[in-house]
Amino acid sequence: MPMTLAPSEILETVKMLQLQNLDIRTITMGISLRGCRSDSLEQTRKKIFAAITSKAERLVRTGEDIEKEYGIPIINKRISVTPLAIIADGFGVEEMVELGCCLDEAARQCGVNFIGGYSALVHKGMTEGDLALIKSIPKTLTRTERVCASVNIGTTKAGINMEAVSLMGHIIKETAEMTADRDGIGCTRLVVFCNAPEDNPFMAGAFHGVGEPAATINIGISGPGVILEVVRGLPDADLGTLSNEIKKTAFKITRMGELVGRVASSRLGVPFGIVDLSLAPTPAVGDSVAGILEAMGLERCGVPGTTAALALLNDAVKKGGAMASSYVGGLSGAFIPVSEDAGMIEAVAEGYLSLEKLEAMTSVCSVGLDMIAVPGDTPASTISGIIADEAAIGMINRKTTAVRIIPVPNKSEGEWVEFGGLLGRAPVMSVSKGDSRPFVDRKGRIPAPIQALNN
Amino acid sequence: MSDDGQRLIITVIGRDRIGIIAAISKILAEARINILDINQTIMQGFFTMIMVVDAKESTVDTAELNRKLDEKGRELGLVITTQHEDVFHYMHRI
Repeated sequence: MPMTLAPSEILETVKMLQLQNLDIRTITMGISLRGCRSDSLEQTRKKIFAAITSKAERLVRTGEDIEKEYGIPIINKRISVTPLAIIADGFGVEEMVELGCCLDEAARQCGVNFIGGYSALVHKGMTEGDLALIKSIPKTLTRTERVCASVNIGTTKAGINMEAVSLMGHIIKETAEMTADRDGIGCTRLVVFCNAPEDNPFMAGAFHGVGEPAATINIGISGPGVILEVVRGLPDADLGTLSNEIKKTAFKITRMGELVGRVASSRLGVPFGIVDLSLAPTPAVGDSVAGILEAMGLERCGVPGTTAALALLNDAVKKGGAMASSYVGGLSGAFIPVSEDAGMIEAVAEGYLSLEKLEAMTSVCSVGLDMIAVPGDTPASTISGIIADEAAIGMINRKTTAVRIIPVPNKSEGEWVEFGGLLGRAPVMSVSKGDSRPFVDRKGRIPAPIQALNN
Repeated sequence: MSDDGQRLIITVIGRDRIGIIAAISKILAEARINILDINQTIMQGFFTMIMVVDAKESTVDTAELNRKLDEKGRELGLVITTQHEDVFHYMHRI
């Protein structure tokens, strides 16, 4: 049987995997908990634990098998569940914490490092259960290691729930203070969303949406290193050519995700959900989204031109990836988490990248203000103001935006914070000193925007 | 996915020396893995070999084969990867 592939093609793939950090960032199994509600807390707890541990029993082993057979590193195996506030409405704050601990224990038993879905969707208003869950977030994140919390406070169709925005400012501060001994690390597992996707495989914002089946497999890919090599190899190409080459490479990267998703889905007997077309950076050198922007010809990420370069990159990745996978979803775009991207960290440390520039960048790429450390004395109302601004970008532009911000207790601008591992390290960034409180305290809802007259 | 799902692609990259093919073929033969095709070149001064093999009757699983080849690779100063051929078809063929 003759070789049907050119040696150069085979070597290109090997090079991507061996030298350019191409990997599958996560296989995330979404699991519905909608059948788990019972009269008592104990029964509900038991049912939730059983649902997760039975469905995800083979998740980690299957992931490891695929990794060995196909030679594609799969960094994380994770679980997302139905937003807990839906299942647990009617329980109080302490009972919510108990259920959070149950999720943590189930994740531990399955061998996954994160479980997402300690979540509430409150874009138009809150039920008592939503409120109890939100109030329980600081304690749950302190008492657990693997649970990830998220709250959706706005959508394009509903507007922005400013009461929830105001509350989340306080919840983030409280979470940071309760985990002050570890620089507020609890906040790294808490995301505030506008237009949260229901099939996102990436933590900390993953949850299993209400329109999803009983279980599903979602894949998150990662390949900034591969794209970086392509851009570096074309120092003189015009931007149309560059975009085209990024598209081709994004196609190839996404095919890996598609393959792993299909194999995992068939082996686990769980339907294949989506591939998330995101470039997820890691703190490793050469695996940086900022590095790609700089290779395009910007002195540092954050200088004028950065938003345009990011727009080109994000769009090219989506165009290439969309054809490579039968189902695309999740967040799908370039991530710009500060502490998880070596180039972003340097750009902030050298004064090229500010919170305001990051905010502008989030209007053209996927997630939002992600993994940003700010001074511990930043008022809750200022954090709410940041959340409101970010949500407004998402709401008006019909896209997902999010805020994952860490007001690092007892640290001020310019000091460093270490979270370790994939969460990385970051300098504490400057935040505007002006007061947002009277605006935030008005509460109410920002009405849904008009969908025509787009300017 | 391929028809029988048993074809693997082995790549060997490193400095050229006597006995590379012999050493690898020996491991494959012991595992009852049939070599279907070999392509060998020197690229940028590096010895580069690509083998397509049929592991239908293999007595070891891919993980174990990987471990054995990796061990031999380290002994000979080579980087050896073993991957299911679908990886390459998925990436390079629509």
